[in-house]
Amino acid sequence: MLQTNNVVKQYAGHLALNGVSVHVPEGSIYGLLGPNGAGKTTLIRIVNQIIAPDSGEVLLNGKPITMDDVRHIGYLPEERGLYKKMKVGEQAMYLAQLKGLDSKEAKKRIGVWFEKFEITDWWNKKVEELSKGMQQKVQFITTVIHEPKLLIFDEPFSGFDPVNAVLLKNEILELKRKGATILLSTHNMNSVEELCDQISLIDHSNVVLQGRVDEIRNRYRTFTYRIKVLGNSFETSPDDGFVVLEKKEKSFGIEVRVKASENSTSYDLIKMLVARHEIIAFEEELPSMEDVFIKVVNPQNMMSHE
Amino acid sequence: MSKISLIIRKEYLRRVNKKSFLIFTFLTPILIACLVAVPLLLSTIKDSDAKKIGVVDATGKYVNLLKSNESYNFVPFSGDMSKYKNNEESEYYAFLVIDGDLLLRPDKITLFADKQVTTDLKGYISDQLNKALSNEKLASYNIPNLKEIIKESEIKLDIRTVKWSDDGKDKAGSAELATAIGLISTVMIYMFIFLYGAMVMRGVMEEKTSRIVEVLVSSVKPIELMMGKIIGIALVGLTQFLLWVIFSGGLFFVIGLIFGLNKMPDTTAIQGMNPAMQQMPNSEVADMMKMLGGFNFGEILFYFVLYFLGGYLLYASLFAAVGSAVDSETDTQQFMLPITIPIIFALYAGMYSAQNPDGPLAFWCSLIPFTSPIVMMVRLPFDVPLWQKILSLSLLILTFIGTTRLAAKIYRTGILMYGKKVSYKELWKWLKY
Repeated sequence: MLQTNNVVKQYAGHLALNGVSVHVPEGSIYGLLGPNGAGKTTLIRIVNQIIAPDSGEVLLNGKPITMDDVRHIGYLPEERGLYKKMKVGEQAMYLAQLKGLDSKEAKKRIGVWFEKFEITDWWNKKVEELSKGMQQKVQFITTVIHEPKLLIFDEPFSGFDPVNAVLLKNEILELKRKGATILLSTHNMNSVEELCDQISLIDHSNVVLQGRVDEIRNRYRTFTYRIKVLGNSFETSPDDGFVVLEKKEKSFGIEVRVKASENSTSYDLIKMLVARHEIIAFEEELPSMEDVFIKVVNPQNMMSHE
Repeated sequence: MSKISLIIRKEYLRRVNKKSFLIFTFLTPILIACLVAVPLLLSTIKDSDAKKIGVVDATGKYVNLLKSNESYNFVPFSGDMSKYKNNEESEYYAFLVIDGDLLLRPDKITLFADKQVTTDLKGYISDQLNKALSNEKLASYNIPNLKEIIKESEIKLDIRTVKWSDDGKDKAGSAELATAIGLISTVMIYMFIFLYGAMVMRGVMEEKTSRIVEVLVSSVKPIELMMGKIIGIALVGLTQFLLWVIFSGGLFFVIGLIFGLNKMPDTTAIQGMNPAMQQMPNSEVADMMKMLGGFNFGEILFYFVLYFLGGYLLYASLFAAVGSAVDSETDTQQFMLPITIPIIFALYAGMYSAQNPDGPLAFWCSLIPFTSPIVMMVRLPFDVPLWQKILSLSLLILTFIGTTRLAAKIYRTGILMYGKKVSYKELWKWLKY
């Protein structure tokens, strides 16, 4: 649905994006990951036509994106873009009407959303009286109120406590279920695993990793397995081809984490174990996106960056 | 509802509902009325006690000529006045010593006092004595009826200016009053343009720095955003102006009523004394009313609103462009200068034109669109030919369409530009996009 081809953006003295291409399929959630200053926000701004790329193009449904298309995107900027002195309800009504809803419909939808986020009693509060996370809730509502097909969230989770972050995550998944295509940038790696279908990891203006989330985690697999067996001992011998990382005695028996040699298969491991123990659980531990992130983004670079 | 009218409504309601707007709107006329009323009020307050003045008259001719009034009490005094010298407890405010015939030696009169005597007292004394002295002098010529002859020869000129209006009727006019009305409206337009222009600029900057525009430009066109704000604030200005007209009109009416009542006993006192004098103030008031009636206030108000709108639209779009180009208020200075100079120049040109409303400076400045809204106000009470008004207004409208388009170009680019110190060269580039 949304596609960027070789987008390059140069700022005075530094390259913000160096030939970035991403492809967001319709009806999916696409994550833009990367350390601070990697160029995620720049890319999002280029998609929104807020800034123009030096070269490269942004396509929507195969055609270059126009200002008219942008008016149908729901965009949640990283900074809180709300009138500080305006009341929450008035503001939501105003923005909803600007996005083309009539006042009756706007009021109805805002009512539904305010209830969902449990902020109905904020209607007459001024925005400046709200905390950052509270403002973010209001802003999120105004972004999705007109039910756009394409949604772009820049750091949607910043400023949220864990409870509200879960609430927000569920709402984003709900939007996807309803058919929206979502592009989001985030630091919150836990949410990436649960939310995103595909990701691009941007570091130092370049895409360093791109693809489906499950596939990427598979690619960075460490051949680590979690095994539960009955009994009170776990037998090993030197030529087993795996190392025990952790061993815990539990009421049912023993739980171990083992690291098998590279390129071995789980089949070999199970065959070996099944002869010695009664296995009650066997599971491969895939790396979290956080592990992948840290592994891919060169730690030395990160340090020199900060 | 269309998007631009939504923006206009929001900008308007947001400002009109503010407490500061209400306070400013209602306090300003009260403040102005106070500025007028307080000196008036203070001038009516007199010292409570009459000052006692001892008169040492060696000739004995003058002491009875000095009539006491509510401020001064003249009493004959004989004896040693030196014991009152530097005496805090002294009941005498001053001593008047006359030691010679004032007709022959006019300098034989002296006032002694511990403090500097007021000019009011000096004036009062010489008033009283002058009259008597000149009568005495006239009598000394021994010409019969001389007094009456001289009185008859004193003619008080009262020049009324009458302007022939187009319909042939005479209208009473007053150059002073016209100048005053012109100057007041000039200063008001100047104030309005600055006040509301700056309001537009701050509004644009607020949206830019808080990144609201990033959300807004995804739903509305930048030009709609800019024009919505400018028009919304123009309506705020008109509302304020209308409220001022109504409110100050009412306030002056009330004050006039109060002062009119206060003056009543004074006029009746005069009435008792001198029937001829009583006629005077009334006819002056009537003249004043006639002169005020001579101005076509409806027309002046009409043009005031037109020129306010024209001048405001012209400058507000420029203010909006400046607001969009900078990141913070401190950066506005360099771009404000080219905008403020013509406005300030116009104010001075207007003040200067007040003395010669049909001179070349007034003429040209009331046609040039950057100064015309301010300068034309001075000329309006002096009946400007219709073709000049039409020409000046058309030029103004054409120019504000031009500046609005230029400003929109700068605005479109500037509003989304961050963290860059913008130069004039940069602005020029934006214009050509």
